[in-house]
Parts: sequence; C-alpha cells; structure tokens
Amino acid sequence: MNTFTLTLSAQERASSALLTPTQVGCVASGDLEVMVEPHRHPASEQAVINIQSSGSSSAERWTHIFQLISQQQPLPPMRMDIHDFAATPGVVRLRIEQALEMAQSSMTQPSVNQPNTPQEGPDHAI
Amino acid sequence: MPSKHSVGVSMPVKKYVHFADLNARQRARQLLDEGSFHELLGPFDRLMSPWLTQQDIVSQSDDGVVIAQGCIDGKPTVIAAIEGGFQGGSLGEVAGAKIAGALELALEDNLAGIPTAAVLILETGGVRLQEANLGLAAIAEIQSAIVALREHQPVIGIITGPVGCFGGMSIAAGLCSYLLMTREGRLGLNGPQVIEQEAGIEEYNAQDKPFIWGISGGLQRYQTGFVDACTGEDLDAVREAVITVRQQGIPEHHRSDRWEHFLALLHTLDPAETMDAAVAKAMLTRTSAEDDTATGAQS
Repeated sequence: MNTFTLTLSAQERASSALLTPTQVGCVASGDLEVMVEPHRHPASEQAVINIQSSGSSSAERWTHIFQLISQQQPLPPMRMDIHDFAATPGVVRLRIEQALEMAQSSMTQPSVNQPNTPQEGPDHAI
Repeated sequence: MPSKHSVGVSMPVKKYVHFADLNARQRARQLLDEGSFHELLGPFDRLMSPWLTQQDIVSQSDDGVVIAQGCIDGKPTVIAAIEGGFQGGSLGEVAGAKIAGALELALEDNLAGIPTAAVLILETGGVRLQEANLGLAAIAEIQSAIVALREHQPVIGIITGPVGCFGGMSIAAGLCSYLLMTREGRLGLNGPQVIEQEAGIEEYNAQDKPFIWGISGGLQRYQTGFVDACTGEDLDAVREAVITVRQQGIPEHHRSDRWEHFLALLHTLDPAETMDAAVAKAMLTRTSAEDDTATGAQS
C-alpha cells in the first residue's frame, strides 16, 4: 500500500464551504472510494488530496490523473480522500468526476418533501 | 365525489430495482421509508479499521458497515447493512462494534418505550481474518445483542448479494427472529471454497453453481426451514417481506429454540453417503415423528 498527499492550487475561486460532503464508490476489487468535503478552514484555497492506494501506483500517476481532470473542470478548494483498491485509471477518473459533480451540485441534498423526485443520494452508483 | 389524485399530476412509473445490485448504503436507504434515512457513524466520521492499515491493506471510511435509523412502514427501525464488496463483507473490530452498537441502541429504545426493530442486511464472509480474535469477539457481541433485542422487537435478517452469509455471521443469522433470503443468496457455516479445500473437489466443487445453490441457495434454505421466506430479487419484494414478518411480531418460538430438532436431523446424516441437494433436502425435511425414530435409533 502507498499513501500520498497531493496539494494542488485550486483553480476555482469559490469557497469550499459550498461543497456538500460526498462519498462515492467502495474499496472493492477494481474500485475505489472517493470522499469530497469542504476545508475546516474556509480560507484555504488549495485542493488537498489524501490517497491510500494498493499496489504499486506512484505519486506521478496520481498527479497525472488530476492534471487530466483539471483540464476538463476546474478543481475547487477542498479536502479529498481516496481509498483505491487497484482501480484502473478509467474507473479512477469516473469516480473522482462523479464525486466532484455531486459535491458541487444541489442534487446531493436528499429531497425530503418531494417524494416524486429521484433520490440522487451521495451514495448513488454510476 | 372528489378524486383522491390531483389533476394533471401523473403517477411515476414504479422502477424495477434489483436489491442485490445496490450497495450497502443504498440498500439501507431504499428499504427505509422515503426521506427517513439517517446514517449514524457515516463515512465522514472516519471510524476506520486501525488494523488493516498496519497490514498494508487499504481501509474504507465506514469499515464496510452502514448503520441507519429510520422508519419502515412508519415504524421505528435501525438497519445495519454490510458491504460485501469491501473485504468480502468480513467483520473486524470496528465493523462488528458498529452492528452490536446499533442493536444495543434499539434495545435501549425498547427499554425506554420506543418499539424499535432491527434489520440486518447480511452479505458477509464472517470474521475478518486480519483482525482475528477482535472480529470473533465482535461477532459474539452481535449475537448477544440479537438475543437480547429479539425479546422486545423482531430482528429481521436479509441475505442477498454475491457473497452470501457465512462463518460466524451465519450463526447470527440463525438467531434472528425472522430470516429472509433471495434466491441468489447463500447461507452456510463454511463457504463453498473452504469446504472444497477441506473435502476435495470430487466431494464439493465450489465452481459447480447449480450444486452450490442447490445446497446453500435461498430456495433450498427456505424449503428446508432455515429461513422464513425466499423473496423475489427486487427491492419492493424484499421490503414487502420485511413489512410482513414485522407485522407478525415476536415469533412464539425462535428458530434457534428448535436446536434439538435440527440436531436430531443431523444425527441421521450418513457421512459415507454422497450429499447432493435432493439428499440434503430429504434429510432436513423429515417430520418430527421420523426424528424421534431416528433419534431413538441413534441412542
């Protein structure tokens, strides 16, 4: 198992306080768990990513994945935790993008008073 | 007479949801009444296994167990759902303590006059071997908590998903007030691969799916009296079955009270005979009159 912490400067000015704590995925074979939440100190402007990864992945590989993602969408200031169980780069990207999208969308708030609205809970699988 | 439905609002088409395809958190959420799901010790509490990391194994933020409070059919319920994908749904110190704690919470509710029942969604290989005795101790606590709570309100076990329910947690399942399985579920003390390893592939081929499900699958377990219902695979069928058994209240006799009956059946087993699904079913469905004869012959 390898552990890394990547600290990237967030490209989005928005405060991380707007993020909804979100968890997706599972530490199962070929999958990973991704958690996104706001910083304890809202002033922080960095995306801090804590990674636990099985196998022989390297910090370079993870940096590369986040470079690719940030070309598609700006990273918000946030704390992200990744628990990876030998997921392929494709699955890794899908899960990270899923977590970011849900954390930044109001859909993650379960709609209590609208029974006909689909419940896109924080645990909704791809 | 005024219509009960407001004009212009079309009723949504009920979607088929395959219960086993949901992850543990979704199973708990969907089984509870809409909007009533309230998770305790969720992922952001980060109550993780302190032992896996020391053994170079990636851990999960909820240690593979989802605990939720809510209502089923309007009645207070606590749910513990085991995530089969994480370490084969195995229970270590934290995961086991979460389930035991949830059951104890329901017991406290009952002692305070709140009739909280418990639902256990069991997809588990039993003790997490990396946590050895701590896992065993945790499962013993779960079993004690089930026995304490079932005197007040039903403890309902559901077995579904690809992992099945094995090891110490199969004993916990046997202690439940009611046990539900889907056809896809499997229930046994030892898992098929363990038996194959011990008995040899000629005796027990873990790859032979019709044989394995014939012995330990939901339908066989229902037909031989080990579970109370073999439900359909969809969410609605599972939820309906939970509501139905809960309405029956505390059973007059718990399955585990009938241990003498099952033990007598086991005594009729001839280890020299090759076991298949039909032989197992015939043996386990003998009537009690035959039991007495069989027990008599043994003594």
